[in-house]
Amino acid sequence: MVAVNYLSDEEYEALGLTSGIEIHQQIKTEKKLFCRCPVKMHRDNDYDAIVVRHMRPTLSELGEYDGTALMEFKTKKDIVYQLYHDCVCTYEMDDTPPFLINQNAVEIALQIAILLGCTTIDEVFITRKQYLDGSIPTGFQRTSIIGIDGEIGYRGKRIHIRQLGLEEDACREVSDIRHCVTFKADRLGTPLIEVVTERDMVTPLEVQGVAEQISMALKGTGLVNRGMGSVREDVNVSISGSTRVEIKGVDKLSLIGPLVHYEALRQKHLLELKDELKNRGVAKETLAIWDVDISKLADQLDSTIIQDALEAEPGSIVRAIGLRNMAGMLGHELQPNKPFAYEISQRIKVIACLDGEPNILFNDGEARTGDLSDDAWADVFSELDASKTDAVILVWGPLADVELAVSEVRLRVEDAISGVPNETRQASDDGTTGFERILPGPDRMYPDTDLPPFAISAERLENIKNKMAANPFETYERFRALGISNHAIRQLMRNRRWRLFDRVVKGLGIDLHFAVTLLAERLRAFDREGLNTSKLTDDDLFKVFDKFKQGKLSCEGAGWVIRDMLQNDDSQDLAIERFLLGQLDEKKIKELVSTQLAAKRTLIARLPADKAFNLLMGDLMHGASGKLEPRAVATALRAALSAIDEQG
Amino acid sequence: MAASSSSNTLKGYRGRAKEVLSSLGARVWADVEVKTSKGNYVGLILPRSETADDQHMVLKLRTGYNVGVNVNTITEISEMGYKEAHYEIPEKKFPCDPAKPNVTLLGTGGTIASRLDYRTGAVIPAFSPGELYGAVPELADICNLDTKKLFGIFSEDMSPLQWTTLAKGIGREIEKGVDGIVIGHGTDTMHHTSAILSFMVQNPPVPIILVGSQRSSDRPSSDAALNLINATRSAAYGDIAEVLVCMFGPTSDQYCLLHRGTRVRKMHSSYRSTFRTLSDTPVGRVSPTDYVVLRDDVKRRRNDRKVKIDPVFEEKVSIVYYYPNMKPDIIEALVDNGYKGIVIAGTGLGHVNKPLYEPIKKACDKGVHIFMTVQTLWGYVQMFVYETGRELMQRGIVPAANMLPEVAYMKLCWVLGHTLEREKVIEMMLKPVCDEITEREPHDGYLIFQGGLPEVQKMLRHIAK
Repeated sequence: MVAVNYLSDEEYEALGLTSGIEIHQQIKTEKKLFCRCPVKMHRDNDYDAIVVRHMRPTLSELGEYDGTALMEFKTKKDIVYQLYHDCVCTYEMDDTPPFLINQNAVEIALQIAILLGCTTIDEVFITRKQYLDGSIPTGFQRTSIIGIDGEIGYRGKRIHIRQLGLEEDACREVSDIRHCVTFKADRLGTPLIEVVTERDMVTPLEVQGVAEQISMALKGTGLVNRGMGSVREDVNVSISGSTRVEIKGVDKLSLIGPLVHYEALRQKHLLELKDELKNRGVAKETLAIWDVDISKLADQLDSTIIQDALEAEPGSIVRAIGLRNMAGMLGHELQPNKPFAYEISQRIKVIACLDGEPNILFNDGEARTGDLSDDAWADVFSELDASKTDAVILVWGPLADVELAVSEVRLRVEDAISGVPNETRQASDDGTTGFERILPGPDRMYPDTDLPPFAISAERLENIKNKMAANPFETYERFRALGISNHAIRQLMRNRRWRLFDRVVKGLGIDLHFAVTLLAERLRAFDREGLNTSKLTDDDLFKVFDKFKQGKLSCEGAGWVIRDMLQNDDSQDLAIERFLLGQLDEKKIKELVSTQLAAKRTLIARLPADKAFNLLMGDLMHGASGKLEPRAVATALRAALSAIDEQG
Repeated sequence: MAASSSSNTLKGYRGRAKEVLSSLGARVWADVEVKTSKGNYVGLILPRSETADDQHMVLKLRTGYNVGVNVNTITEISEMGYKEAHYEIPEKKFPCDPAKPNVTLLGTGGTIASRLDYRTGAVIPAFSPGELYGAVPELADICNLDTKKLFGIFSEDMSPLQWTTLAKGIGREIEKGVDGIVIGHGTDTMHHTSAILSFMVQNPPVPIILVGSQRSSDRPSSDAALNLINATRSAAYGDIAEVLVCMFGPTSDQYCLLHRGTRVRKMHSSYRSTFRTLSDTPVGRVSPTDYVVLRDDVKRRRNDRKVKIDPVFEEKVSIVYYYPNMKPDIIEALVDNGYKGIVIAGTGLGHVNKPLYEPIKKACDKGVHIFMTVQTLWGYVQMFVYETGRELMQRGIVPAANMLPEVAYMKLCWVLGHTLEREKVIEMMLKPVCDEITEREPHDGYLIFQGGLPEVQKMLRHIAK
């Protein structure tokens, strides 16, 4: 958990924070979306073959190149794919065109679209969304829209769902070192749905809450995969005067609040930086960023960081870059311990593939990094002919990469002059983020020419609607209104007992708290003990509640029976019989009570009556592991205690 | 604009869809708000593919996604703007450097560089030097490029007219003094074209390189750019002055192989590394940083401008892919229809069933030239081994050694364009022009590794496929 000092709602409002989320959730199908490979993930590193590829940007349908695409092209990376014999075929390696879409996946996506209140699409087109980072060997993800314009309730507010998409999952990154990025191709092609909300959320915790509600309710449908990596969220954040920034691939719900908070502040600090640059007259047209090769000075700088790097990669050069009038700006803090220079460093890392730690050193007069002495910095400044009002960055590496780095420094400062660049960012575990890519636009979308569009008939929709039962998205909000804790609702969604919960509370009139205790807490506790509660059907459990309602089982007895069913793997009828057989009669309870009283006599004498009662009651019930009817024990105990009082 | 909907304003729409859209005053490229009985949409109306149904309207949503809206549910369409798309590849002037070799790219209609047709989803080739430079700027580092679009057809539509035009075009370029020729070609019949050009264009002084792509260049992972770069390098600097096919060696983006035009065949419907040299080994390997001649028996580049262009072609030739239970009427039908030559792709060493003996004999007696090749693709026709073979030869079939069936077909068309005289035909067919028949098959001319074997698996973990 990341500790964050959140602002007040009013303060976020003053910032003009708005945020939307995209939830990517793998759905439960046996096979992949566009080929007949099984859905499978390998934990081992025992891949069977490798393929090496590169990506080039292509023109969009509207005749334009996408900005992200050009950026990825600049990085000139070798992309290595690790293939597995059992779950990667020639489709994933982009050596065969796609097969017709997996209609089981379409069915699930339609169900979820309907649950989210979306207008389902009449004729679905497969679209290619360009991704040149290598995560998909084709260079694009096959994706489609199944529904638009839905909504869910969240704490009384309507959150709009922009669209529900169905798409193929990408590869998993193994490593990204210099000009070589490696991916495992096993996950590639797994069907995913993407739930996109409008930017209706206005505080970090609201974003987190909505993300939690949607992903938990998705689990509640029983139509999706669970487990690590099966759900990933993208979070869009903007504040007044900034542009949209997208934080990609967050796989921990609890990180969303901190991420949104820090991103809102990062944008605020970038806008302050923009104002300061303007005040100093730093403008795009007159921006002075210049560089000199100082490789000759490398020894003289006496920097272990630079010397080690040069030794590690012979032929490397060192450049000093001057930034006119930017004294004090590089150290300007944007996120906790991450100044503006960090943004520059990350961009150089991603685009110029200079991934040393650190990959730049800077000195802006106020802040500086690295191990250069005052004299060494003075030499660098003089070599650049830079003054005290300027800032200086050092970068080193192979010539082509360093030249790209120099041009990226300029581009990043130009972005800072405009304010907040449109980009996607990667989340760190501390809630801060780093540059990942320039945010792609609609130009990267173009129709897939390999597959025909397909119509969803009114009849098919009707069939799906008829089959569908309760709605977990609505139920989530309704449960909250009933006063059930968020924790318990999450549990009921995760173990999918929310439907049963409604059946026993509404149908049998079971007490809400008892139902929560049993279906959320006790089941979870059993699971943690290693008893697999998922093997019990809702009907099995319903009968236990029914017996309880009939007075044949106590609260404790219900728990005992469920445990017994799990341990003995047989029907609840037998379990109930065993329970009733083992239940002790009144006489035996009296004996137990007096034995216990005798053992604790001295202790009880010193306690007030109510505390003594609680203590003994707890001991008795605990000792009998559910086989005692609490009311009978309480009666016997009260009688025994009052008898002592009278004697005393 | 309403009901004036000419075919253009509702491009691709027909039937019910066209009726509804024109009654609602809709037109393609209009930015619209659409109200339907199910829900509302905002987006750009796109033209529709003519092969798609007449029940839906295609809308490009603001997010860039396309969706189809059932026209029967539409109640209202209001136009808010208009944005017609223009599909242009950024055209930049191809730089000229007198120090660089001159290469001519002849276009036949392949999709070497291309843009996408929004409507049919088809790929429109980019072809002018300016367009190519826009798409593959690396070409300017290699040579001065001139392009000539000879025709624009799919490779399955290639016919004698195109082959002879191509051969003559090559002759003119050689005469003009170019340093190399690249031919952009669809991959499906690239080996047919490379074979016929090997016969029609003999002893060229410069490389003639056929190139295409297995993944069209509207895809970021396309093999087109690398193929084109490698083909252009082979044409500009390569030392092999033959008709060659330049396509991916492995499926990884590593290098291309140069295959002799008469020994190459497309062997996989979709793999990048689909072209293989059969019963022999490739003549070269080329990458953006490397050019290696793999064999000693290649014809080297010359400075003269001598070349023999021999563009003749007899169209009445067929290829018969034998199958068990083939009936005599298959052969008879060809003879009755005036076919002058037949190439049979026989089983095993070159066999067909007995019922065909008689019609084959009759055909040969009538002056039809029948040659035997093998449908195993690798290996020689060996008609002395079994009685069937001997009996077939006795009836007039001539074994065509290790000529690939498609190559034998192309060669027979070409030979029959010269002569119909039996002795002469046989002499020309069996005298290799360009390794279409080789005297020996090297041990490594047939290499198909089987997956699943431990030693092969081991190799695949370390060598990029």
